[in-house]
Amino acid sequence: MESIPLSWQLIKISIILIMFISMAPLLVWFERRVAAFIQDRLGPNRVGPIGILQPVADGIKLIFKEEFFPALSNKVLYFLAPCISLFVSLFVFAVIPFAAPVEINGKILYPQVANLNIGMLYVLAISSLGVYGIMIGGWSSNNKYSLLGGLRASSQMISYELTMGMSVAAVVLFFGTFDLQKIVETQSGFHWGVIFQPVSFFLFLVAALAESNRVPFDLPEGETELVGGYHTEYGGMKFGGFLFAEYLNIVTLSGMMVTLFFGGYNGLEWFSNLVDASPVLNAVIQFSAFSIKTLLLLFFFVWVRWTYPRFRYDQIMRLGWKILLPISIGNLLVTAMLIYWGVF
Amino acid sequence: MDWFVYGFSALAIASAIMVITRRNPIISALYLCLTLFCLAALFVLLEAYFIAAVQVLVYAGAVMVLFIFVIMLLNLDPEKMIVEYFQTPRMISVISALLLFGFLTFVFWTNNITGERGYDFPVQITQGGGHLKAMSSKLFTTFLLAFEVTSILLLVAIVGAVVLAKRKV
Repeated sequence: MESIPLSWQLIKISIILIMFISMAPLLVWFERRVAAFIQDRLGPNRVGPIGILQPVADGIKLIFKEEFFPALSNKVLYFLAPCISLFVSLFVFAVIPFAAPVEINGKILYPQVANLNIGMLYVLAISSLGVYGIMIGGWSSNNKYSLLGGLRASSQMISYELTMGMSVAAVVLFFGTFDLQKIVETQSGFHWGVIFQPVSFFLFLVAALAESNRVPFDLPEGETELVGGYHTEYGGMKFGGFLFAEYLNIVTLSGMMVTLFFGGYNGLEWFSNLVDASPVLNAVIQFSAFSIKTLLLLFFFVWVRWTYPRFRYDQIMRLGWKILLPISIGNLLVTAMLIYWGVF
Repeated sequence: MDWFVYGFSALAIASAIMVITRRNPIISALYLCLTLFCLAALFVLLEAYFIAAVQVLVYAGAVMVLFIFVIMLLNLDPEKMIVEYFQTPRMISVISALLLFGFLTFVFWTNNITGERGYDFPVQITQGGGHLKAMSSKLFTTFLLAFEVTSILLLVAIVGAVVLAKRKV
């Protein structure tokens, strides 16, 4: 069966890109509303119904602000840093499947940008580049707080990348493939990864929090110590680039967790059977299942942010290297032994 | 497809030249990242997706991040880094680099390295169950000894680094 023509591919990519990018402002609004709910406030509720147009107003403000370059900064790198951050966070999402392949007029449509057979490795490889944006941003601003933020970010992200890679390795071992589409197929009928790999899920969750530089791991931008961390000197849409990248990373990580541990687009088959869905409607139902699960995880990310205080720097390093990494190696070993003995 | 190959090759060479001509070590390191990224792109064009992903993951994502991290911590002043180009050790490295270049040119010039089409070509690999399978079956059977020795080498390097860094406990 041949895949769809190139022009359709481009339309598909554009749709996915627009949907994905628009997640960032929505998530900003969602985070502020949930934060307000947790702190017993109202939150932004003036612009549009229930304040949903607030991020649009913020975005317009960011775009029309003056483009400012600090006097002694490295101009090219200062400009490139948020671009790299945004580029990386947009790229990672390309392989996450949010519905099963659909057959239209004898041509097969993969509802993701690229169906790679090393999808999982691609995610790890590209997301490991995310640290460059933060490092370069911190360094090129020529500000000691920015530099400290950049250094903290790079050491933290390198440390937790190991845990993340190891936990993913156990999952990949269990499913026997790097292909995300196949991983999701294997999880149909509520054989979800989280049931068979609970330790991996826990490790991935903690590593994901650390990789996205959010509370309780938000040392790189710890405002009480570093003014604003790596983006102290940034303003306007260049700051907006970092902000977008952070929120898009959270969406991607939630999507990854859904794909690896919560059955991806599976879970609403009973509904498809109930309404006797056509292939396209079935894809829509699968997309809804994926979206609902991702939204729940996004809520979890926001919830964590307004629940925990920030770690101290040495605590983060000890947790990463002395607790999580040994657990993840042990988990990999146990998984490998269970597979060898044929338990799974 | 050919134009992609030429484009990425040219970019790789250009950024490799930038690596050794830039005065600021951080800029050099970033150009090295670009070189490695172009190499990964070339691997993709050769349909070696696994190698490409590992190239980005290990070199660009881990090794170079550590390089830049250390350079940032040292906070070198580019103005003080003007070095003499014609010292004896430097001349030795230049001569050996030229010798290597000449040797490689000689080898590529005199031999036609087309060879027989064996197992290691994209079509056969895809038929044989994908890159990962091809890679790992070779790695854990034919080249097992080399693989394990490499891991011991890395272990020695780690232990050495810890010993050097922690003189007093």
